[in-house]
Amino acid sequence: MAESGGGHGTPAGAQVTMRVWRGNADGGAFEEYRVPAAEGMVILDVIHAIQASQAPDLAVRWNCKAGRCGSCSAEVNGKPRLMCMTRMNHFAPGETITVAPLRTFPTIKDLVTDVSFNYEKAKSVPAFKPGPKEADGTRRMYQEDVDRVQEFHKCIECFLCQDVCHVIRDHEDNKPAFAGPRLFVRLASLEMHPLDTNDRLELLKRQAGLGFCNITKCCTDVCPESIKITDNAIIPLKERVVTEFHDPVVWVWRKLTGGGKARASSGETVTSR
Amino acid sequence: MAVEDRYESHEYDVIVVGAGGAGLRAAIEASANGAKTALVCKSLLGKAHTVMAEGGIAAALRNVWQEDGWDVHFRDTMRGGKLLNNWRMAQIHAQEAPDRVLELEEWGALFDRTKEGLILQRDFGGHRYARLAHVGDRTGLEMIRTLQQHAVHKGIDVYMECTLQKLLTDGGHISGAIGYWRESGKFVVFKAKAVVMATGGILKMYQITSNSWECTGDGVSMGLEAGADLIDMEMVQFHPTGMVWPPSVRGILVTEGVRGDGGTLKNSEGRRFMFDYVPDFFRAETADTEEEADAWYADKTRRRTPDLLPRDEVARAINAEVKAGRGSPHGGVYLDIATRRDPEYIRRRLPSMYQQFMELADVDITKTPMEVGPTAHYQMGGIRVEADTTATTVPGLFAAGEVAGGLHGANRLGGNSLSDLVVFGRRAGLYAAKYALEQASQPGVDPGQIDEASTAMLAPFEGDGKENPYSIHADLETCMQNLVGIIRTEPELVQALDELGKLRERLSRVTVQGNRQYNPGWHLALDLHHMLTVAESITRSAIERKESRGGHTRDDFPGADPAFGRVNMVTRRVDGEMTVKQEPLPEIPDELKQILEELK
Repeated sequence: MAESGGGHGTPAGAQVTMRVWRGNADGGAFEEYRVPAAEGMVILDVIHAIQASQAPDLAVRWNCKAGRCGSCSAEVNGKPRLMCMTRMNHFAPGETITVAPLRTFPTIKDLVTDVSFNYEKAKSVPAFKPGPKEADGTRRMYQEDVDRVQEFHKCIECFLCQDVCHVIRDHEDNKPAFAGPRLFVRLASLEMHPLDTNDRLELLKRQAGLGFCNITKCCTDVCPESIKITDNAIIPLKERVVTEFHDPVVWVWRKLTGGGKARASSGETVTSR
Repeated sequence: MAVEDRYESHEYDVIVVGAGGAGLRAAIEASANGAKTALVCKSLLGKAHTVMAEGGIAAALRNVWQEDGWDVHFRDTMRGGKLLNNWRMAQIHAQEAPDRVLELEEWGALFDRTKEGLILQRDFGGHRYARLAHVGDRTGLEMIRTLQQHAVHKGIDVYMECTLQKLLTDGGHISGAIGYWRESGKFVVFKAKAVVMATGGILKMYQITSNSWECTGDGVSMGLEAGADLIDMEMVQFHPTGMVWPPSVRGILVTEGVRGDGGTLKNSEGRRFMFDYVPDFFRAETADTEEEADAWYADKTRRRTPDLLPRDEVARAINAEVKAGRGSPHGGVYLDIATRRDPEYIRRRLPSMYQQFMELADVDITKTPMEVGPTAHYQMGGIRVEADTTATTVPGLFAAGEVAGGLHGANRLGGNSLSDLVVFGRRAGLYAAKYALEQASQPGVDPGQIDEASTAMLAPFEGDGKENPYSIHADLETCMQNLVGIIRTEPELVQALDELGKLRERLSRVTVQGNRQYNPGWHLALDLHHMLTVAESITRSAIERKESRGGHTRDDFPGADPAFGRVNMVTRRVDGEMTVKQEPLPEIPDELKQILEELK
């Protein structure tokens, strides 16, 4: 079979050199490893080859190896990426590649970090609460109404957006008051869900810290699912907060009707950047 | 010293092991029924293998085809399973699947819609009508996220990255489980009145597999050790379409939705070879010309395309084409949707497939055919359960999802897995809670069992340094791939049994480096115990079933044998030894037999 050697930048006998951060909460350092290159290799394959041949206790999270579960997030040459979706042919042949754990979260060991921050924040989101069914007992929603929410549902919770967000990346003290891009995507998906009736404005304005975001779009740039986090989730949420809290017409309407969402003027899908 | 002083311990009515679709649904139901419930899972929440399910969830919602109904779904499931299914499970599954899908919608799931605003349904192999509710090709993600968020809002205790290694019993009844935290390596004891096994798949023992590292058969193995029966372990589904190139991605799944949405299989001569492989069992309902096959997508009164025969048939056909020298350059066949549907349609219907091939294989599926071949995908067999309650043969132990056997018989239809998870996940949670709340007191945990388990878990740190878990695992994968694969023979199966014995002996000398903190080498060494147990059960059952049926093909017994069609292969531990014996299938009642006859 014509399987060995050849292909993109992997001549037979070629080697991959990788510097992997080894250590735990007490500290650590980069260690260099060399393994044989193979056709089509991704960063995670190299990590597995290192485990099998040289460092059996090298800690790494992974599951699906196809970009669906969002487990194998790390910083490759300083950039947040999924290790399973980063092909070795992205790099120059012979280039030494550096793999480090996500910096925004506390280190547990090697490439594994404590991402419980994200799970704790998720608990604070008011749940999905559908309104009454149609008269015929069904739920009717049209594809064009669910399209924009389905974009948010593509999120694989890899937390790369959380990792890159400088509000928490460089300011540990902001964490209690800031939910981060992943949670804004989640909030947007609930707020724009055609059936939802729950009210999350107070959370958005006060506890989630939406105002901290100054729309630098770093989160959008690293999203492996290409969700337009800033344009389609964060900005519409910001608009909604402004409308609900500062628009006198909406304020009076809410007082008269006892709450409810203002659907107009918010959540417009932005398709270009 | 008491157990509590020596080990971190927790007390619950019900613990659910595994947080894929079945585990999440079981935990939600157990908690809703008043049981103090914990969910224990090996990975982070939301990462379980359910997330990989692509095509959809099968349910006769009748949104697209009014002619559909639970009886048709029941019939398709039974026929797809070559009638080896537990009829009652197939009936409950077909009857309850629509309610479970609508329930997901009530909890926030957003399926693709029909023009009328209802849940859209797509065609899949073996289903007479377009039946699969779906979200593009990422239905599993939608399902797991919906269930995960619902469970979180219900305040269920979740123990993430916590691997359970052994069930505890008290006088033959379940009393809890012991395992370790992946992060620290410290042991943890759960005392529980009932345990729901929802640990999912087991096929990480094959070289070419769609399964993740998690699918190591812990649940099946722990169940067997606690005294539960297993059934039909020889029934392994090789999904016909896995990626074959480059080597790094070999085995990753290519959804059946590609064929459901119009894609077709071709050999190196460009021939749509599935027309050459229509078995008599499905001949009456399968098209025999390309024109008729293509017309079926729009007109369900026509006979269906052979590209969508059940998975076992398609996998064997691909295997035969490759063997006959008509394969693709990398040992697969071609799956072509590029010449059959326009690029915009392909990207909208199959966004993950588009991305997967573009990023991992440099293939644009809107322009070029994919190269695909069979990949070990799903275990039809598993822990034997009582159909209505999911109770196993061990009091207090319940099982749902892929870890349980019976529903799918000899072969599972695509889309029936996600529906299985929620239908039987709910029942497992319900009946586990009911059982737990009927118990007068918390069962006792035996310190002897706990100490024995903790000693065994630490043994790999004290080996003689000669055996590495990664090499044993690689050799196990080679053994199962080559000797217990798609096409089996008695001499090879016997050889496999011998090799498994040698691997077991090597495992007793395995040595791991480093300490107990997040140590994948150690974790693998412990997982290997389960994988070897399950591999042995598969192999012994495969030797015993001297016929070909569904996911079990014997080159030395190529036909189906009606006598074997009336029995399950039951794996059981007797005096510490694994045994396999035939036991009769439950008899199908006449009114259901009639459905199978009428709708042929």
